[in-house]
Amino acid sequence: MPTDRRRFLAGGAGLALAGTGPLGLAAPALAQPAGARVLKFIPQSDVTVTDPIITTAYVTRHHGYLIWDTLYGFDEDFNPQPQMAEGHKVEEDGKRVTITLRQGLKWHDGAAVTAKDCIASIRRWAARDALGQVLMARTDALEAPDDRSIVFRLKQPFPMLFSALGKPSTPVCFMMPERIAQTDPNQPIREMIGSGPFRWKADERVPGSRAVYERFADYVPRAEGTASWTAGPKRVNLDRIEWHVIPDASTAANALANGEMDWWEQPTADLQPTLRRNRNVVMEIPDPTGLCAIARFNHLHPPFNNPAIRRALLGAVVQGDYMTSVIGTDRSLWKDGNGFFPPGTPLANEAGMEALNSPRDMEKVKRDLAVAGYKGEKVVLIAASDFPSLNALAQVGNDMLTKAGMNVEFVSTDWGSVVQRRASREPVERGGWSMFFTFWAGLDMINPGVSQSLRGNGQQAWFGWPTMPRMEELRNAWFDAPDLDAQKKVAQEIQQLAFQEVPYLPLGQYFQATAYRRNISGVPKGFPMFWSVQKTA
Amino acid sequence: MFAYAIRRIVATIPVMAVVALFVFSLLYISPGDPAAVIAGDQATPQDVERIRASLGLDRPYLVRFGEWVWNIVRGDLGTSIFTNLPVSTMIAQRIEPTLSLMVITLFLAIGIAVPMGVVAAWKQGTWIDRAVMGFAVLGFSVPVFVVGYLLAYVFALELDWLPVQGYTPFSRGMWPWFQNLILPAVALGGVYIALIARITRATMLEVLQQDYIRTARAKGVGQSGILFLHALKNAAVPIVTVVGIGVALLIGGAVVTESVFAIPGLGRLTVDAILRRDYPVIQGVILLFSFVYVLVNLLIDLLYTLFDPRIRY
Repeated sequence: MPTDRRRFLAGGAGLALAGTGPLGLAAPALAQPAGARVLKFIPQSDVTVTDPIITTAYVTRHHGYLIWDTLYGFDEDFNPQPQMAEGHKVEEDGKRVTITLRQGLKWHDGAAVTAKDCIASIRRWAARDALGQVLMARTDALEAPDDRSIVFRLKQPFPMLFSALGKPSTPVCFMMPERIAQTDPNQPIREMIGSGPFRWKADERVPGSRAVYERFADYVPRAEGTASWTAGPKRVNLDRIEWHVIPDASTAANALANGEMDWWEQPTADLQPTLRRNRNVVMEIPDPTGLCAIARFNHLHPPFNNPAIRRALLGAVVQGDYMTSVIGTDRSLWKDGNGFFPPGTPLANEAGMEALNSPRDMEKVKRDLAVAGYKGEKVVLIAASDFPSLNALAQVGNDMLTKAGMNVEFVSTDWGSVVQRRASREPVERGGWSMFFTFWAGLDMINPGVSQSLRGNGQQAWFGWPTMPRMEELRNAWFDAPDLDAQKKVAQEIQQLAFQEVPYLPLGQYFQATAYRRNISGVPKGFPMFWSVQKTA
Repeated sequence: MFAYAIRRIVATIPVMAVVALFVFSLLYISPGDPAAVIAGDQATPQDVERIRASLGLDRPYLVRFGEWVWNIVRGDLGTSIFTNLPVSTMIAQRIEPTLSLMVITLFLAIGIAVPMGVVAAWKQGTWIDRAVMGFAVLGFSVPVFVVGYLLAYVFALELDWLPVQGYTPFSRGMWPWFQNLILPAVALGGVYIALIARITRATMLEVLQQDYIRTARAKGVGQSGILFLHALKNAAVPIVTVVGIGVALLIGGAVVTESVFAIPGLGRLTVDAILRRDYPVIQGVILLFSFVYVLVNLLIDLLYTLFDPRIRY
């Protein structure tokens, strides 16, 4: 019998090794270039969806900028600059715009980039993007008279054209080969072929765990200028970038501290003090537009279908409370006094800000709610308990509404359930909702063209479905504004109106730090981009 | 016994059918929407609706269930909604780390726990017995993630002996592979060691009271011979039973351990799939786990005959 047991154990070990070894299940191929040319990066989450057009997820945008390029980039002053485009010509009083592609651009499969590819890409992107839809609605024809020329024949001049093509807010207008760009805009693409500075290593992809990008040897950076956000020459100093998904924040911090990883995109607030004390780690705020937190109302049902009730709650908002709950007491990491455009961006203004900046008085809020006609209707607040920052916002919001005397039902669930429930247009007694909390990157609120939560197109609007015809008129006026001064005037009117209609409550702006090892340099401002990053051994 | 094994394997089919029905129905009624996750936070409701329709998620329950079952019968576990990869491919990518972790944990746990339990029974009532039982209580009480963090802090950050996280495939060398699994296996093995050590001690105590042990002593058999040849062999059936039941513990523990040590295994695949409502992946992984559990139990039943020849099927 002992002999049988030994045989059994030996067999078990053999089975285990066969299952884990080269004769067992296939392991992804792994190349091992020199350490200084390989960057190990911990993204905010996995690239769950790899098609940057079908989703608005930020992590997919960052993945997108590695693989695909754009006709125009955005510099740090928020101005569009030619990127794949060599330049452009505006004729016929702004109704004909010809964009010329740079020479020598290639796709990762070796084919040349042509104007036809770009037109198919623009069309697919425009089907998914709000600004793109405005652009196409104002376009009579989009033509490719030759391989390098893209011609827009416009119904009327559209000053925002280059901004639309270059904006980094999601979805970004990435250029793809025509055969890929012809994919249904509601179906994800299957091939990751771009003309960007890095190639996708499909053979090394492990969904949920790892994504790998390899330098594209045939990438042609712009010859002139300096890299600034998504504009300027994209000069690559790395051979390979590995994204390692580490879902546990403590493990990610330890991996960075131990030198197993080079860069952690979003260290959590509680671990930032520890990382700051580490001499081998640098922490900084990369995106000056930050993240803007909001409380979104459901405008279809009581009580928040009443603008006076929404307005009354502006008096209860203490942005500092919300921001402290999300990012802590360090004032360098958040700003209050945040209106409907992110502080520090061109359209930020003071119109109507007294609604948020005046002294807070909860008794007055209660009186205003009563005058507005609030009769104790149930407020269903849906909160994502698995998303720490959103959960913190919801907890403070719950407290605020309760103190204001509202009848709150706090529904704590996971984010996946929140995104499903918020799509319901039913009243609360039939599974609907009244309010949820989220945040937007400042870049996605930077102007009325990209700001989804400012739209007032009713049933077609973002979740909450506010109907604000005047807001839509002002948005169109902003598109037609010929210069920045004219745009600023319209933005002031928009903000004034927003304080009357209150499509959502602005809860403050906070800044997400990023952390990387001291041997890394050239980390760009904005979101994670990798073309100017250098690593020393 | 061969006929018995065949009968048991055939009997897994209705079990798997019930599991399949249960899993599919549970996911169907649970809240969440993969289309909303794909579209992203900034997408409009219209975008989400269009994606839902294009994925076929708006079709009736029976149609979707029928299609899924038909595909499984043909050996197709389906395709991930998010990655567009076959579920079988995703499982194949992830099974090596989980299998490695479980095998190492199993060997570690049995290698430590069985001698511990035997010694504790032999030294019943002494400080050794109390120390072993104290360790067992600790193993039961301290959560896997706490042990994981402590181990990572001491052995990776302070001593710099082992990596904090990650997994290296076996194909890249045995030591790199093993190095990444030491801390996770120790963290995961704690509960398992405690469980096996306790059951070994209890069973051994019972066996050591038997007449044949007294006879063996009278015949002059040495202490180690009595413990490991006579007593342990007869105590093996309950121990093997617990080892088998513990596989479920390992599967559950692997989910936490893989997250703490960033190991790209089936546990993390399951959690990720649940969070984003990737239904085909959840269904495929749960089916696999159920199948493995049924097979392990079958294996344990067959092992009984090795340890106790009186058992016949």
